[in-house]
Amino acid sequence: MKAGYVPRFSRVERLLHWVNAVGFFFLLGTGLILYLPRLSMLVSRRQLIQSIHFWGGVGWLGALAAVVLLGGRRLLATARELDSFDGDDLRWLRGRGSPQGRFNAGQKINAILTAAFAVLFGVSGLLLWFGEEDTRYRFASTVILHDGLMYVSLVLVVGHLYLTLIHPATRHSLRGMTLGNVRGDWATRHHAKWRPE
Amino acid sequence: MDSSSVPEEPEPRRYGRRLFLVTVAGGISSLYWGKAAWDHVSGAISPVADAVAPILPTGGWRIYTISGHMPVFDPATWRLKIGGLVEQPISLTYDELRTLPRAEQVSNFHCVTGWSVDNVHWGGVRIADVLARARPQATGHALRFVSMEVPYVDYLTLPQASLPDVMLAYEMDGRPLPREHGAPVRLIIPDMYGYKSVKWLQRIDVVPRAVDGYWENLGYDRDAWIGGSKAIPKNEWPQPFQKERTA
Repeated sequence: MKAGYVPRFSRVERLLHWVNAVGFFFLLGTGLILYLPRLSMLVSRRQLIQSIHFWGGVGWLGALAAVVLLGGRRLLATARELDSFDGDDLRWLRGRGSPQGRFNAGQKINAILTAAFAVLFGVSGLLLWFGEEDTRYRFASTVILHDGLMYVSLVLVVGHLYLTLIHPATRHSLRGMTLGNVRGDWATRHHAKWRPE
Repeated sequence: MDSSSVPEEPEPRRYGRRLFLVTVAGGISSLYWGKAAWDHVSGAISPVADAVAPILPTGGWRIYTISGHMPVFDPATWRLKIGGLVEQPISLTYDELRTLPRAEQVSNFHCVTGWSVDNVHWGGVRIADVLARARPQATGHALRFVSMEVPYVDYLTLPQASLPDVMLAYEMDGRPLPREHGAPVRLIIPDMYGYKSVKWLQRIDVVPRAVDGYWENLGYDRDAWIGGSKAIPKNEWPQPFQKERTA
């Protein structure tokens, strides 16, 4: 590691992040072909795209589960970090700029919602898939849930991309999720309570 | 300063797991309340939907097909054939179909999967005007609608097909029916879920009775009334077909 840099994300944490990201954008792309009439007409192969979208989703959730099993204790420790909100986190969420740990409170909420949405995408996707073949799995609100998750996820992803690619003060964090380390002075400024190993 | 005067920082709280569980529980329970909630708030958030429309231009529609390829309309070869239990089987070109008495209506479209599109402007012909030239026989009590998208087929009883807002639509919102919506002509029956409104029509047969169509064979209701079962009492049966058949 270069001098002045500190490790922020382990290999398994980065693997989990990128498996999730690749899966999300793959499913977003195939899902939009099913969702947008103009794209549906352009591609005109709904059955094929539907199968790709469904099995892509199954593969995505399976890959996430495999990485979680692979991560074991390391990811359990990460989950404990994300689970824990102290007084500084609550003050940070109220915009009072309190010192933050390795994850700030916004990142914790984003990660928790992303995990919950993965579960809900999976449940609603399975119901949509089986509901077409068997009315016992059909609910009037399944499509509303699946679409609603897509819209909320899009908002979260756009905000996430803005902060990691564009916003000058925070875009350095992308290095942490690609190479695993960040500048020590940046870490001190943005994550003052974090004591890198 | 005495250390006892420093306010004690509360212990970290496990809010993360609560947020996760509440989100998952809320999402799963929304399978039961989501549609009602959406119907309640969709009017209020229409400005947001309008703002999103240029980015995600759905117009509220989802395009469903059952086969590998969406049928293509060729005006030179396409015909709407009327057959089965009729005195005179006929075959209409697209232009001939458009010379029949024109009907227009604004109606809502509801899909059985939960989404709806309100106030769709349809232009087309009433089924009675199409059947008039073929003269259905007295033994015919239902219609079979056959799509170019094989093997999509569905049925309506004659009373259902002669409801006043049932039509064969060749225009949608002032334009020729788009390919993805069933060009050149599709059935529209607003009181039933959309799977009954067969797209890419190529044939209508008068048959003795209605049986299960494509989706009904997969467990869906044959009489797909929106909001549940709705029988049409015999004394309220629409009459146009009766007139045609006895004429």
